[in-house]
Amino acid sequence: MPVLAFLILFPFAAAFILFFLKKDSKGRSFLVIFCALAELAASVYFAIDNYLHHDMEMGTYYLSDTHTADMFIAAGEFCLMLLVFSQAIRFKKYYILLLSALGTIPALYLDLMGISETTASHLKVDHLTVIMVLVVGIVGSLICIYAVGYIRDYHNHHTEYRDRSGYFFSMLFVFLGAMMGLISSDNLSWMYFFWEITSVCSFLLIGYPQTQEAVTNSFRALWMNLLGGCGFMAAIIFCVCVMEITNISQLLLFAAIPAMAIFPVGMLSFAALTKSAQMPFSRWLLGAMVAPTPTSALLHSATMVKAGVYLLLRLSPMMYGTYVGIMVTAIGGFTFFAASLLAITVSDGKKVLAYSTISNLGLITAAAGCGMSEAVWAGIMLLIFHAVTKSMMFMSVGAYENSTGSRDVEDMHGMILRYPKLAFVMTIGIFGMSVVPMGMCVAKWAALRAFVDSGYIYLTLFLCFGSASTMFYWTKWLGKIFSVSRESARHEDTVHGSEWTAIYPLTVTAVILCLVYPLISTFAVTPYIQNAFSGSLNRLVTSVPADSSLGIASNAETAQAISTEDFIIMGVMLICMCILPLGMKYVNSVQERRVLSYMSGFNTGNDRGFYDSQGEIKEQYLSNWYMPDIFGEGKILKPCLMLASAFLIVMMTACTVGGLFI
Amino acid sequence: MTTYGTVAVIIYLLLSPVIACTLSGVDRVVTARMQGRRGPKLMQPWYDLVKLFSKETTSVNDIQKILVMAHCFFAIFSGAIFFAGGDVMLVLFALTMSEVFLILAAYSVNAAYSEIGAQRELLQMMAYEPMTLLTAVGFYLATGSFKVDKIISTDLPLIIKMPGFFIGFCFVLVVKLRKSPFDLSTSHHANQEIIKGLTGDLSGPVYGFSELAELYEEVLMLGIVGLFFMTKEPVSLLWAFIAIAVVMFCMSLIDNIFPRVKWEALLKAAWLVTFFAGGANLVILSLAERM
Repeated sequence: MPVLAFLILFPFAAAFILFFLKKDSKGRSFLVIFCALAELAASVYFAIDNYLHHDMEMGTYYLSDTHTADMFIAAGEFCLMLLVFSQAIRFKKYYILLLSALGTIPALYLDLMGISETTASHLKVDHLTVIMVLVVGIVGSLICIYAVGYIRDYHNHHTEYRDRSGYFFSMLFVFLGAMMGLISSDNLSWMYFFWEITSVCSFLLIGYPQTQEAVTNSFRALWMNLLGGCGFMAAIIFCVCVMEITNISQLLLFAAIPAMAIFPVGMLSFAALTKSAQMPFSRWLLGAMVAPTPTSALLHSATMVKAGVYLLLRLSPMMYGTYVGIMVTAIGGFTFFAASLLAITVSDGKKVLAYSTISNLGLITAAAGCGMSEAVWAGIMLLIFHAVTKSMMFMSVGAYENSTGSRDVEDMHGMILRYPKLAFVMTIGIFGMSVVPMGMCVAKWAALRAFVDSGYIYLTLFLCFGSASTMFYWTKWLGKIFSVSRESARHEDTVHGSEWTAIYPLTVTAVILCLVYPLISTFAVTPYIQNAFSGSLNRLVTSVPADSSLGIASNAETAQAISTEDFIIMGVMLICMCILPLGMKYVNSVQERRVLSYMSGFNTGNDRGFYDSQGEIKEQYLSNWYMPDIFGEGKILKPCLMLASAFLIVMMTACTVGGLFI
Repeated sequence: MTTYGTVAVIIYLLLSPVIACTLSGVDRVVTARMQGRRGPKLMQPWYDLVKLFSKETTSVNDIQKILVMAHCFFAIFSGAIFFAGGDVMLVLFALTMSEVFLILAAYSVNAAYSEIGAQRELLQMMAYEPMTLLTAVGFYLATGSFKVDKIISTDLPLIIKMPGFFIGFCFVLVVKLRKSPFDLSTSHHANQEIIKGLTGDLSGPVYGFSELAELYEEVLMLGIVGLFFMTKEPVSLLWAFIAIAVVMFCMSLIDNIFPRVKWEALLKAAWLVTFFAGGANLVILSLAERM
């Protein structure tokens, strides 16, 4: 318990102190790094301690009597509401008042009247919690360390923005604390409190540059997340007043009869969809790009959006074969496909990453919505790998932007010679996102099997088409990095030590994770799934078509979707890829003739231009394909959002009517 | 790995280039006859390949050669998984990876024509990948396994259950084997590519490696075609060979009689065929399996 309390409360304490350290100083940098490392160490210790000393199968429960803490939380919720009110009035966004009040006032009422008071435990630690603690603790803390060097450069480049870096660090830590609280809460009201903190916090972080665009985008993020918060609140009211339960674990006991709990599960899923930026709520995550890169990295990889899919994965056993399941799978699958098409059409590096995040979250969402053990296995794996790889990608794009002033993929032409270290990291990141022996793609493969087994045909189709377009945008980015311009000199990158301190460990982690894939599965993911689905085990056996010898889970005990033999083959592939750079040395050890690339006209000698028929030099400019007239944002974004909205409204109405009246 | 698997892999590794070259030679002779020409010698493609490896090695930069070799390695590797009776899905993923290396090699030379080829190759991948993935899913639904050695031990040839997948797969095979009618990243017909596109800056043995990879890939693709006709009876191997021959002949025919079509049409056509032929078959198969 003390370690868990430390994990949650320490970041808040750090945030409080950092809030007052407005000036950039050695001392402050040291403090940030120290706090982040402390949090990181604590989360690792927490995980080990839990494995060694606690019964992870059943989960460990903490804090059953929490009258005082409840009062603190009520006060906290009230303060959050006041904060939102003040911002809304300041910027004259009055609809925010309504959304915030709708979510907060019932919460205060339930808390203060003691209606939601319970003797059940408020915190619960099981395998999934530990996985999430590790993801948030390691990736999140490294992002904070990265921010130290980044924000210094950021303000050197953007002198037009007021330097509020103390406040910035403070918000990053609040985020970590809220996330830790969210993933360890079993009590819905507590979870709601942390949920709202992340909403408000992301709003403040996105608005950090204080430009018109930043303000607009931050309010967009706020209203979408507050709307989701209202859904969360509705679920809590129903649980407390009708079902007389207060905790998620109690709600999950209804997994055998999901029809009873269709309303709260539907509402919680709705909240999760907003938080995870699924269509039609995807726009807030794109808007979040205006914020400094550590914010994007934090929002996209370890926190915020992961809170949504975390909740969906938790609720997954409730979704098998229900309306909610159909809603979540359809929205998720569609988002995966549509966002991957949109990612093709943009050239801003961060925007590509944003669309790819939305797309990948869609896949996790769809996996959760299936409500089958194999799918959830894939979903959790995706979550882990996505957090590590995406944060690494964001950090390297951010570092590149600080070094060159541009984060456009087109400007990354020939990066492999100019910034070899960053190019190396990015290459691992992109491979990690897209090709098979690396983590993401293996999890995607497992997801495909699960989708086929679950009988959700549209998910199979979405996945097949979506992974083809995913390949397109990653490979063309990789191609840009690999374009070797002759005579291009290596540039000195201005990446700070603190930034490398974050990037390198993540890169190493990304590769190691691929090697220990089966271990993660055996020791963390599979045990969780066995427990989560034990209540609905009988249902699963009948639903899976046959042949357990294939490594497909025909019962919850072998929830591993990919056979050992395949892992060995992939291991071989991974090793082959690792020896490629060495192979290059060997291949090039034989001195051979270098030729110029073919230009049709006479090459000017450095592969950058040619002499035309008049003898004049023509510079060449090579650009990737973006196909805006086929998949452009202007062309398909709006129809996609409208389609998703219409579908969501219909399904939510169905869930509400079905859940409340039938 | 079974004994059959081992034998199949050895045959694949040793004989693929010869088999694919012969097929390509036949294709050229047939094409020539359709056009009223005599055509080259049957083994001409083989002589071309051998000659490439006797030339001087030149390259544009340090990474081009290793990338092409990686491409070749993974192409052979994916075929080896297939003939060893491995997982079809893994075969396709390994094949994708091999394609990525070739595309990177084309990007690395930093030249306009290679770059156009690379973009087109990416587009081609995007066009055919849904269908190849769906085909693998189809095999799984029809037989309950992704493993080739399990897939070929069915009672009835899979074509009966999977005609839609077969049509779709043959459609993308046209692209995979670099035949008409679409504009392609690179091909043996000047009308379909721009200055050799993807492989424009490869020469000598380096180009040889990319050709070699293509030959292995062709054998793999035809292997997948054969998979539709295999059953546990050994005689089905004969049917598979006949089917492959018919498919190859149709490819030559299509190659000769179709006009040239732009790349936009490729994407649209391939996705539509995938969606309707593959998708419809998927729905039916999925419902049937669930009954």
